[in-house]
Order: sequence, then C-alpha cells, then structure tokens
Amino acid sequence: MFNKKECVAMLLAGGQGSRLYALTQTVAKPAVPFGAKYRIIDFPLSNCINSGIDTVGVLTQYQPLVLNEYIGNGQPWDLDRLHGGVHVLSPYEKASGKDWYSGTANAIYQNIPFIERYDPEYVVVLSGDHIYKMDYNKMLDFHKAKNAAATIAVLDVPKEEASRFGIMITDAEDNIIDFEEKPKNPRSTLASMGIYIFDWKKLKKYLIANEEDANASKDFGKNIIPDMREAGEKLVAYRFDGYWKDVGTIESLWEANMDLINPNIPIDLYDPAWKIYSRNPILPPQAIGHNAEIQNSMVTEGCFIDGSVEFSIISEGVTIEEGAVIYDSILMPGAHIKKGAKVEYAIVGEDSVIGENAQIGARPETIVDKDTWGVAVVGNKLNISDGANVPPKAIIYEDM
Amino acid sequence: MGNVLGLIFANMHDMTVGELTKNRTMGSVLFGGRYRLIDFPLSNMVNSGINAVGVITKDNYQSLLDHLGSAREWDLARKKGGLYILPPFGNAGAALYTGRIEALNGAMSLIKHSLCDYVVMSDCDVITNMDYRPIVDQHIDSGADITVVTHTGQYTNEEIKMSTVLNTDDSGRVQSVLIRPDLSGTCTCSLNAFVMSKDFLIDLINDSIARGRVSFETDVLQAKCGELNIRAFEYDNYFSKITSIGSYFKANMDLLDPANASKLYLPKRAIYTKVSDNAPAKYDLNCRVVNSLIADGCIIEGEVENSVIFRGVRVGKNAKVKNCILMQGTVVADGAECSYLITDKNVNIGSNRILTSSPAYPMYVGKGASL
Repeated sequence: MFNKKECVAMLLAGGQGSRLYALTQTVAKPAVPFGAKYRIIDFPLSNCINSGIDTVGVLTQYQPLVLNEYIGNGQPWDLDRLHGGVHVLSPYEKASGKDWYSGTANAIYQNIPFIERYDPEYVVVLSGDHIYKMDYNKMLDFHKAKNAAATIAVLDVPKEEASRFGIMITDAEDNIIDFEEKPKNPRSTLASMGIYIFDWKKLKKYLIANEEDANASKDFGKNIIPDMREAGEKLVAYRFDGYWKDVGTIESLWEANMDLINPNIPIDLYDPAWKIYSRNPILPPQAIGHNAEIQNSMVTEGCFIDGSVEFSIISEGVTIEEGAVIYDSILMPGAHIKKGAKVEYAIVGEDSVIGENAQIGARPETIVDKDTWGVAVVGNKLNISDGANVPPKAIIYEDM
Repeated sequence: MGNVLGLIFANMHDMTVGELTKNRTMGSVLFGGRYRLIDFPLSNMVNSGINAVGVITKDNYQSLLDHLGSAREWDLARKKGGLYILPPFGNAGAALYTGRIEALNGAMSLIKHSLCDYVVMSDCDVITNMDYRPIVDQHIDSGADITVVTHTGQYTNEEIKMSTVLNTDDSGRVQSVLIRPDLSGTCTCSLNAFVMSKDFLIDLINDSIARGRVSFETDVLQAKCGELNIRAFEYDNYFSKITSIGSYFKANMDLLDPANASKLYLPKRAIYTKVSDNAPAKYDLNCRVVNSLIADGCIIEGEVENSVIFRGVRVGKNAKVKNCILMQGTVVADGAECSYLITDKNVNIGSNRILTSSPAYPMYVGKGASL
C-alpha cells in the first residue's frame, strides 16, 4: 500500500534539445551542465523538494544514460524516500503494446498508473529546461483558492518579446479566456512558463479523451489546455515575478549562465533557505595559481586556474593554463584550456581540450559585420589543435 | 588481502593542536579548504577496499558525529560492514580511556564480532593518500605480529619530540623504540598507522588490560620489541604530519603547490568529505586572487594571496587576506587586512580592522569570535 500524496510532480525531461545539438549528442537536455556545478534539471528538482513536493516522476526517452545516472536514487535532492521520492520513468512495453512517448500529454498518459499509486489530488507538470527558483506550494495554494481545474504559471514579459512565447489572455480575475502560440501581434504580455497544476481527476479524464482522438498531437499546449477551455473548465493564470529563463537554445543557455554573475539579475544561488542541490563532484577546492587573474566569475571545485578569467562560468575540474584568456564564456566540466589560448563569447563542452594559442569565438566589438557574430560552441570531448581558430557563431562537432 | 577491519582513533593527538581541538576531536579539525582530518584515513580505507570501519572517539565528538552522519559520502552506509562510531564505555568493563589499549578494549565487541582477519589502525594526524593494501600484504608475507607504517627522513626536533622513533635492522624488524625523544636529524618515525591480525590484537588487548598496561607505544611497541616480531613498512609517498599549530599551518600551505596537491588528490583514489551543497565560488568585479585554494560558497570581493579559504567565506571590498587559513563561514569585512591568521569557523573580522602576525607563529582566532 502506498501512502497518499496530495501533490505529485511530473517533470518532462524527454526532449532531445535539437537546438543544443553540439552539447546534447549523448545527453538529454536536462542533464546539460549549467552554472558551474549544476545541471539544468537541478533547478526544477530543487524547487520540488524546497516546495515540499517529495514525489517526482522524471519522464525521459532521449539519451537517458547520463540523466539516469545523475539522478540516481535522488539522494542529492533529498528525494530518496520510503514513500515517493524521485522515479525516472522511461517508456516501457505493456501487454497492449509498446510506444515511445509521442507528446507531452502522451508521456503523462502512459504514466497514469505511476500517478495513481499515490492517489493525488493535484499534479504539477514541469519542464526540464528552465532555470528559475519557484515555490510550487504557493502556486498550489493559489490553485486551491481559485478552485481551478488547471493553473498555468505566467510571466509578464516585455511586449517586444511576447511573440516568442505562448501568450495567455486573461480577464480581470486572471481567468484564462484565450491563448495564442507565438503570436505576431500579441494581445497580452503574459507568457506561459510551461508550469501547470491540474486537478488530477480532471486531467486524467482529458488525457484519456485526447488519447482516443487519433488526430490529436498529444501535447499539453496544443490539446489538453484547449480541450479544457472548450469544455468550460476553469483555467487560471498564476503570475510569477521572479527570474525565469528557458534555456533551449545556445544563446539562451549562454545568457542564463551569464545572468548568474550579473548583479542586476535577481537569481540568488547563495540563499541558505532555498538551496539549489546537485550531485556534488568529489574534488578538492579550486586552486588559483600565481599568474591567475579572475574577476566577475563563478568557479567550482577541482579547477586549476593560472590564466585570466573574466565574466565566465567555470565548471568542475577545468584547467586553465598560464596565459590563457577566458572572457564571457562557459567552460563545462573537465575542459582544458592550454597556454595562450583565447576563449571569448564561447561555450566549451565537457572534457574538450583547447590547444595552445587557439582562438575560440570573438568579442562582438571586434566584428564589423554584426550578423556574423554569435556565441561559438565546441562540443563535448573534442580536441582543438594548437593555433586553431573557431570563428564566432561556429558550432564544432568534430576535432579540428 | 584478507578481510580487513579499519579502526580510526579520532581523539589521539588532540593536544598537538589544542586551540583547534577545544571544541572538536583531532579527526574533525578542518583542513585544506573543505576537509576534516578524518576524511583522509577514512577515504584511504574505503579506497583500499576496507568496507567496515570503526571510529573510536572519547570526548568533544559532536562535530565528528555531525560530519560523519550515516557515512554515505564515504560509501560506508552499508548493510554489510559500514561505519561504526565507538564512543567511550563501549562495554561493561571499559571506562573513559587514557591510552590506546584501553580505547581498543572499548571497541572489543566490534573487533570480536567482525568477520575480519586483519585490523588496520590509523590516527588522524597524518594527511596522505595511503593505499593500505601493500601494507597488509607485507604484514602477511613477513609474518610480523605488528606492522608499523614509518617514514625515514629529516625531521626537526619539534617533530621528533611528538613522535615515536623506531630503529630497525636491515630486514625491517624493529630493534628498539624511542617515545618522543629529544632529537633531530634523520630517523625513522611512526606515521601512527598499524596492522595486526585480529586474533593477535584481541590477545594483546586482553593481556595488556589484565596487567594494567594502557599505552600501545610504551607498553607494547617499546617494552615488547624484543619479544614480538614488530616490523616497519617504509612509506615514501607525499604526507604531512601535524605535530603543532605551526605544522598544521604549513601542511595547509603546502597544498598551494600543485605538485603536492597532485600527490594527495589522486583521480582514482578520491578524498571524500561531507557535502554541503554550496553554490560555486563567486569572484567579484574588483577582486584579485593569486596562489590560493578557494572552496565553493565563497564570495570574494577583495584581495586573497597565498591563502586557504574554506567553504562559505566572504572577503569584502578592499579587504586584503595574505598567508591566511580562513575556515568555514569566516567574514572579512570591507577594508580589513589580515596576514598569517588562522580563523576558526564563523569568525567575523570587522571592517578596516588590521590583524597581522608572523610566519613563525600564525595567530589563531577562536570559533565564532568577532574582532
């Protein structure tokens, strides 16, 4: 017999992350390193436990090896529990047949038996590619107070950015009366954050109905939410005013990392009351050499730094040799930057080696044609030879 | 290597760094930016395939218990074996101990009921990455009753005065033992790690207790070195031995040299410690950090040079920290300057305060002090 849980979280972590392909060839997007000692999934998982939600299903199907190993028994997030805890849910063969997850709604549909074991009143549906700190419990209180069938967290975004998001149109009471996906002329500035709370009995009904419709695309945004609105269910918007960022592209991944070292951006990783947990590396403290110059950067355990580092995020076990210059860049775990190499506005993948005097990326002020400028990316486990030049905006998949 | 039980003495040598052990055991003394001394023998045992370890402690052990927890971080949260914490009064006959033999008597039930063939014992005063397997192998092959891990080298008078010195013949058999002699120069010192068979150890404890002999060094190693087959295992890898607050300071500072650090932190034989989920260290816009060890959770806004900075330390704007060891949670406020300082946990150094000491005698500031 399983203990009843009031609320179960379902974390969608199956995405391939095709726009981050150089970094996600062998790992699922939620397992991509972020912020020196984290992986993206640490944020929603930490939010869950900090919000008092101790039962989390992580839905994966793309390259789950690294993600599964990383999550393990959930102990780093205090999610190793007698009842509940974190469970990695991959598609599996059933008596009736076998299916991959064919959409976000289908992934939850296939795991109805998992959710039912805990007999919850509410289900939180989360996404594995967002960076933010949020108390889901407050959102749940709001959901209960509004007596809603579904609550969607929204962020008030600048008007010029609204056309990049799913936009919710609300009445004066924050009831959602309409929505539009990436509208050219947005009628509102409330963007969906991809965080939903559902009344479980109702969600289950709509999941089953959606599954029976052969033409449906089995997606929350495209099917479940519109179906619920058409049926007259009460949908409300929950306004969130903290920091939130989707890290689905190279640019946004780079920006979100840079936000951590921007004092004007309100995301505080040093708050003891809301720690972001991660599987900590077993490495000695970072060693800063005689020739090092470090400013406005974040660095974690096991690094050896003897070069110059500015406005950068340096992950565990990185080596930066004397005379190397790292500027506005992200170095992922185990990267090795040799003497005299310059890494500017770039992301260097896990365990990649940048040869002596190589040049990776460039500062925008040195580029005449601004369209050719962008963040350069060196994928995972690559060797870039001495003196090589990786131009800005380039994405490197092979040794060079 | 047969089945081995590890025993760690957490309180031995407390007096060598009396300031640091006022509120803690030797084993829970903070070291190297993110460790406590017990992490070294404990990780070494785990990395040598020992999966049952008893930690013998006496007093002041709250910080030790807090640090070890369920020992999950050392992979010792096990059904079979795992970590056993052995406070005093371990059995009806054992009282608060004064010597190592009495301490072992308190751990008698663990030793007796262990399925081990051999026992490896270690104190917490030697910082090294030691593989016990060749030591146990040599113990078995040589037929020794007791194997003592030693290092032959140049020692200062201060070091020797805190050590057990062994004289061995060419075959490595110990001929005579000097306890804390007033000498200096080249000699063979014990690194306070020993191997015995379980049966030998149980007999030794029973026999010694019956005769009122409590000191392992004096009553066994020294008194019985003719009668017993006591052998040295010469250890040549990198190590630091803590015999005073001065050598504690030096042992920390030695790790600023990557050549030393690379001999202590081996990729395949990691040193484990308690995880505290700190955010990465943050270096502010106008900071300057050279030749230092910095742990996670620090926020550095000022200057840091030749220093070891533990987790969660704050160094304010225009503050200058040189040749210091700042333990967990120390705050150096804006404009303060310190050099040759060892601050214990959660020390506050007020803004614009200037605290300097000398390399010969680094100043120690007690836990939680505000200056």
